[in-house]
Amino acid sequence: MAANPMTQFNVYRIGPEIKVGEIDISFTNASLFMVISTIAILFIFNFGAKKNSIIPTKLQLLGELSYSFISKMISDTAGSKAKPYFSFIFSLFMFVLFCNMLGMIPYTFTVTSHIIVTFVLAAFIFIGVTIIGFIKHGLGYLKLFVPSGVPMVLLPLIVVIEIISYLSRPISLSVRLFANMMAGHTMMKVFGSFVVSLGIVGGWLPLSFSVALTGLEILVAFLQAYVFAILTCIYLNDALNLHH
Amino acid sequence: MFKKIILKTLAVYFLSIGFIQAAESGGMPQLDPEFWFSQIFWLIITFGILYLVLSKLILPKISDNLETRKSQVLENLELSEKQRNESEAKLKEFDNIILKSKIDAKNIFNESRQKLLEDINNKRVKLEEEIDKEIKTVEAEIEELKKKSPERINKIAIEISSDLIEQLIGANVNNSSITAIVTDIANKNKTL
Repeated sequence: MAANPMTQFNVYRIGPEIKVGEIDISFTNASLFMVISTIAILFIFNFGAKKNSIIPTKLQLLGELSYSFISKMISDTAGSKAKPYFSFIFSLFMFVLFCNMLGMIPYTFTVTSHIIVTFVLAAFIFIGVTIIGFIKHGLGYLKLFVPSGVPMVLLPLIVVIEIISYLSRPISLSVRLFANMMAGHTMMKVFGSFVVSLGIVGGWLPLSFSVALTGLEILVAFLQAYVFAILTCIYLNDALNLHH
Repeated sequence: MFKKIILKTLAVYFLSIGFIQAAESGGMPQLDPEFWFSQIFWLIITFGILYLVLSKLILPKISDNLETRKSQVLENLELSEKQRNESEAKLKEFDNIILKSKIDAKNIFNESRQKLLEDINNKRVKLEEEIDKEIKTVEAEIEELKKKSPERINKIAIEISSDLIEQLIGANVNNSSITAIVTDIANKNKTL
């Protein structure tokens, strides 16, 4: 059982089965780690925001650096019009980051390694951005699919490609995060099991590889959260500032 | 029934081969739709709470903190600039005072030196006058003494000579003759 590198992604019920109608909404290990991430974020940033000293404390510095990091990211990619969505992107980045990072602790569960979670987030972003686009520009938002400066002959083809690429946004966004997290964790599990099977003689090579992979995975965990957030900003930018 | 159709289409939409494998051997737990609704439900709950608390409570506070820090730093900078200007002005004032007092000291020194010199001059003049006076009176006295001295010398000479004659001869000689001789000799000396 433990040899299968996919068992770490198993979702199982914690506590009683909860059903609303036909739908099963039981509390699972995935739910547990969502709750832990949320509490951890709220805990850290609450204490980071509580004190207001001119020379910041460590937690305060963490909160303020994160704040300015994300606000700079948003203003760089989506401009000043994206300010109302700051809280959402901040929450999104922190949620994905904390889920990724908590998943790096051995024996924990990585919430973002499940396609359904990332897909729901991505679909929500996709739908939200589309609605914002239509509210801001009305039907003019459809100009997004008609790039300027394209010869009339190519236009039908380009429009089709643009529409396909637009519609594939939630899939690419969700699969990118999910696949990265799943692949990384699977690799680590595989190399970990190599260490066990090769024993004290041959196990050193996969062990060192495992150590290197852990560093890489922490980088990936941060990077994917960043990519998720910055792509959201770029989609938002498309909706807010129609360039085409 | 409707729910099942949605689930199946979603699963196919993601990765149809994976789904079939998962159904066969439990390969990818991600594609097992058993807990999908639970995950969606808890995701909405946790993310919703996270978003609400962050946007309503925590982020405004952090933003406020940053703003107050910014304004306070600016204020402090302004204050320090003001204080620097003040201290510079004070320094100038201080320099002026020192310059003034130096000039004052020079003046006082010069004045007192002049006074002293005048005083010394006055005193010297007075002293010189006094000395001159004294010298004159003394000179006058000497002059008088000089005038009187021949007569006295004559007298003494007469007396001495009369005494000598008396002791030598043992007889009184006429005073007038002696006087005549003495004056004669004195006159001779004078001419010498």
